[in-house]
Amino acid sequence: MSNAHSIPFRAILRHVLLIAGAALMLAPFIWMISTASKPQTEIFSSELHLIPHQFALAENLREAFAKANLLRFLLNGVIVTVSIFVLQVMVALPAAYALAKLRFLGRETLFALVLFGILIPPQATAIPVFLLLHKAGLLDSYAALVLPFTISVFGIFLMRQFFKTVPDDLVDAARMDGISEFGIVWRVMLPAAIPAVTAFGIFSVVAHWNDYFWPLIVLNSEQLRTPPLAVAHFRNNEAGTSYGPLMAAAMVIIAPLVIAFLFAQRRFIEGITLTGIK
Amino acid sequence: MAQIELSAIRKSFDGTDVLKGIDFRVEDGEFISLVGPSGCGKSTLLRIIAGLEPQNSGQVHIDGRHVDGIRPSARNLAMVFQSYALYPHLSTFDNIAVPLRMRRLSAVERLPLLGALLPSRRAKERHIRADVAGIAEQLDITPLLRRKPGQLSGGQRQRVAVGRAMVREPLAFLFDEPLSNLDAKLRVHMRAELAELHRRLKATFVYVTHDQAEAMTMSSRIAVMMGGELIQAGTPAEIYNDPGDIRVAEFIGSPKINILPGRIRKDGGVDVLGTALKLSCSAAAGDCRVGVRPERIDLGAGPFSGTVVHLENLGAEAFVHLAIEGAGLRLIARLADVRHLPAMASSVAFGFAPDAVRVFDPAGKRIELRVEQAERIREPAHV
Repeated sequence: MSNAHSIPFRAILRHVLLIAGAALMLAPFIWMISTASKPQTEIFSSELHLIPHQFALAENLREAFAKANLLRFLLNGVIVTVSIFVLQVMVALPAAYALAKLRFLGRETLFALVLFGILIPPQATAIPVFLLLHKAGLLDSYAALVLPFTISVFGIFLMRQFFKTVPDDLVDAARMDGISEFGIVWRVMLPAAIPAVTAFGIFSVVAHWNDYFWPLIVLNSEQLRTPPLAVAHFRNNEAGTSYGPLMAAAMVIIAPLVIAFLFAQRRFIEGITLTGIK
Repeated sequence: MAQIELSAIRKSFDGTDVLKGIDFRVEDGEFISLVGPSGCGKSTLLRIIAGLEPQNSGQVHIDGRHVDGIRPSARNLAMVFQSYALYPHLSTFDNIAVPLRMRRLSAVERLPLLGALLPSRRAKERHIRADVAGIAEQLDITPLLRRKPGQLSGGQRQRVAVGRAMVREPLAFLFDEPLSNLDAKLRVHMRAELAELHRRLKATFVYVTHDQAEAMTMSSRIAVMMGGELIQAGTPAEIYNDPGDIRVAEFIGSPKINILPGRIRKDGGVDVLGTALKLSCSAAAGDCRVGVRPERIDLGAGPFSGTVVHLENLGAEAFVHLAIEGAGLRLIARLADVRHLPAMASSVAFGFAPDAVRVFDPAGKRIELRVEQAERIREPAHV
């Protein structure tokens, strides 16, 4: 009898906990939407209310688009994330193929170095890379945003692990059929590794779309700004930060990712399960 | 159509010798099986012929041409793999077309979008389509051409893999245990199909297997490999009836050949289990091992006796397992007539004709025998 009672109780407890967790996670987003919908006066009023008395979302959005070239920033975001991803794939796939399927002297050492590379945080190399770009005269350009990320050790590692699972017979069959080694990478391994490439793509695009640190360091020109910098545009120490348009802009820049997530929810979850990271 | 010649092929992995000097010649149009237990180096040898693995020393000649250092595809051989190794993202048609596209189309013509626009590619694609359709017709896989490998059964994948090998009209076909992923029934069926294919194509087939039944049923010649060495090559009947080595005798034939302890007397006579056989040899006196195939053991009469410990009735034939008192030995006799099975635990007398006996020295090498007098005339065993 006690069982019959304990099961619903546990189920309720479980759901309460999950809902509490979800609410905690969602709170900033809800606050963002709420703030983006309020006029300036309400944002600074002393009482807390989620639903604005006076809806000002349209005005805030209009002001956000007027004050900053949001569309240009979104386009920059697309250019940068897509270029990074394409270049990462072009480097990671041949490297991963060599590490997984070719036998050569020093392969294990190279792979150990790849693993070692994963351990180095990007912030640690930020200053040397910055200086390198400075010497090369590439600061304040798309190249500065893209080049430092073209070699993704994580991508090499992930693809290598996936390629390990592709049977050797398939590679040998391709060789018998006359496909060159680079041909094998693009014609045989890439199609076999689409799930892993998708997973890596999600990870890469999300990370670089949301990256605030690196663009902030290397950029000066306004027209090159990436979406997260657009938000910073609304912070103004002298005139005071205009939170309404700032939150509206934040809504706009996270929208592409949210929409992409809704469309490709299943892939997204698969990808994150495959890579084992959040 | 080609002959393949291997001379003094050696290969080692990480200091372990996998192949210890293989000299072998595959004749034009032959169906040769490389057979042996797993780890004997037969697959490695096949991969060396294919060019997928470089040998440490020795030479490979295909059709008189020295092919070492030549890329696998340039050797013009086709290989069928154990896992079939079909490209999972391509349809059956495209899988079969890959070797043709790689050979006939230029790099520009193979480009994904641009290449499709070139008129020269369209003409070549037409030929490729016709060739693939012809192969599909021959292998009876036309209805499967648009499916992906994931949607095919094991037997169908097997046929597609064979089609991909056939389409390029190679000098020789290499098979690496192609039937071992199939269920038993299909395997027997595909055995007949492959043998039929060989007769039709009249091409050179090199077939690697650990299954002696496949080797026996399909090949024109069998090469038995053990521990990195090729120990005997010959027709299936030769290998079965005249094994040169006890390992060959034990590996070929199912159930296994019965091995009994024996002794060679000073006068050259052979004793088994204390009974003298009507045989003599010129080998030195000492211990030996005597092999008799299960189907050559005659139950019911003879100088030996054993207790029935197990019966396997397969319907068309039966295997009687006998324990021999005092010797701690078991042997298997094949009974063609299943209607008269001995009772379990009963004592059965048995014997064997002198010409059924194969004697091996302690090192496993065959000892030639002379039959002293034919006690009775027997039909030679059919295998």
